[in-house]
Amino acid sequence: MKRLNRRQGMVLLLVCAAVLLAAVTVAGILLEPRAMQADFSRTNRTPCAEYPFGTDWMGRDMLARTLAGLSLSIRIGLLTAAASALIALVLGIAAATLGRKADAAVSYCIDMIMGIPHILLVMLISIACGRGFTGVVAGVALSHWTSLARVIRGEVMQLRQAPYILVARKLGVPQGKIIRKHLLPHLLPQFLTGLILLFPHAILHEASVTFLGFGLPSEQPAIGVILSESMQYLTTGRWWLALFPGLMLILVVVLFAVSGEQVRRLLDPASVHE
Amino acid sequence: MKHRLQFAAKKLLRMALLLLGVSIVTFALMAASPLDPLQTNVGQVALGSMSEEQVAQLKAYWGVDTPPAERYLGWLGSVLHGDFGVSLLYRQPVLQIIAARLQSSLWLLLAAWVISGVLGTALGVVAGYWRGRWPDKLVRGYCFVISSTPAFWLALLLLMVFSVWLGWFPIGLSVPIGMDAASVGIADRLYHAVLPALTLSITGVANIALHTREKMVDVLESDYVLFARARGESGLAIALRHGLRNVALPAITLQFGSISEIIGGSVLVEQVFSYPGLGQAAVTAGLGSDLPLLLGITLITSAIVFGGNLVADLLYGAVDPRIRRGAARG
Repeated sequence: MKRLNRRQGMVLLLVCAAVLLAAVTVAGILLEPRAMQADFSRTNRTPCAEYPFGTDWMGRDMLARTLAGLSLSIRIGLLTAAASALIALVLGIAAATLGRKADAAVSYCIDMIMGIPHILLVMLISIACGRGFTGVVAGVALSHWTSLARVIRGEVMQLRQAPYILVARKLGVPQGKIIRKHLLPHLLPQFLTGLILLFPHAILHEASVTFLGFGLPSEQPAIGVILSESMQYLTTGRWWLALFPGLMLILVVVLFAVSGEQVRRLLDPASVHE
Repeated sequence: MKHRLQFAAKKLLRMALLLLGVSIVTFALMAASPLDPLQTNVGQVALGSMSEEQVAQLKAYWGVDTPPAERYLGWLGSVLHGDFGVSLLYRQPVLQIIAARLQSSLWLLLAAWVISGVLGTALGVVAGYWRGRWPDKLVRGYCFVISSTPAFWLALLLLMVFSVWLGWFPIGLSVPIGMDAASVGIADRLYHAVLPALTLSITGVANIALHTREKMVDVLESDYVLFARARGESGLAIALRHGLRNVALPAITLQFGSISEIIGGSVLVEQVFSYPGLGQAAVTAGLGSDLPLLLGITLITSAIVFGGNLVADLLYGAVDPRIRRGAARG
């Protein structure tokens, strides 16, 4: 068998991670009815062959619940990370191109949002939206764009002085066309990497806020809900309720982080030929 | 020196402006909330059985019918006089609650902050020095996994292992159950703070270690280290004399910048350990729509975060002569 070079290996790893994440998402959607199903003939089982993750005090299959929760987390993560990255792109470009006042305003917003501890801010926005699904999505989406916006602002600032942009401007190309044709293609790799690296944060904060009781309602099989329920049974020694869902959550977050890292190295010109 | 003062004054002014913004945003978010504080705290059934006057009295107490702008200006006016209002849930002055809560949180935060800073820098230097070898791989792997781990799950895990199975540490709270407040010694408090502080330190290490490692790698590839090697300096001397000193600068910024994350983490960790600190008060205030208390906590924590950034900026100039001159010029 031919040995893969590093680049091919990276692509392979990326594809594996993506397939695994997609599988978890689909499995979670399919298993959702099973995750809600209570069966009092099988309560509090320790992990065994039939129920690898055990069952809880209502006899719900923890494996199904975990997968359903992860699937929900991944979907929320995708939604919020995309929204956040879009906000970052628009504000970053606006700050760099629309003059000093716009720049000062955006910088002020970034500094202010970074000053409030993330969890508190997500909590506040979630409360403003009446908690629940909208609350979590709005909270995470509106609080995670700051660092990416800073990166994009810096990048655009640099690009504005790049010879090919200066030439385009001298030739009389309108501002909108410069942004579309010259700026955006150049920003795309950074934007994509930033987007994927936002997922882990988005997922972790979604779980945390739900855990605290500001997020998804308790009848949803979300990871935060599962873990906050498990806390009540911890002292009675039901370790499996907390251990496996948490481990799976870490696995998903690690997979996202690995894919982000691979994408960065594949797209970054400095490491593209490694 | 004059430039330093000007620089500090400018930063302070910006900090005040940012805090004003934080208070406006917090207030607006709470005012925009569709959650009715009466429904959440008094309950539908109790409200139904009350007379009109009682409901009106409650509404006035929670300030439901006053327009938000008027409430905000009233609140801002009293804050400028040093009065943060009275908590609606605890029925105590907000500042008093925050002072009490902050006192018990401060140990936790400070311990976690110092441990994660020192340990993170040390791990980063070690990993950077042996780049690509097993210490580096170990540190990087650890950071990678830890930064993907939710703090509250780690807290649950530690609680499960050390409190439930091994029984070494208490399940929660900051003082022994059933002991009266006067007889609680400092040893009891420390004993109860070990696990929460440990959780926060474990999670806090990752970021600072990774950044320090990057910087260490840069330093070791520099010309002056090459020259030091050529002069025959030993590896240890290079790491200590050239590495550590250059790494100290970004480490300071990172360390003061990490305050926000540690406070955020403490909200979760205190919830798991039922530790009566500031974070737990924030969660209670948020769930019960206690506007004055939540506003107070948000403002105080933001002030701490901004204060940390300010100290970092000033220290950075004090430690690095190049920046000092740069700030003087700009």
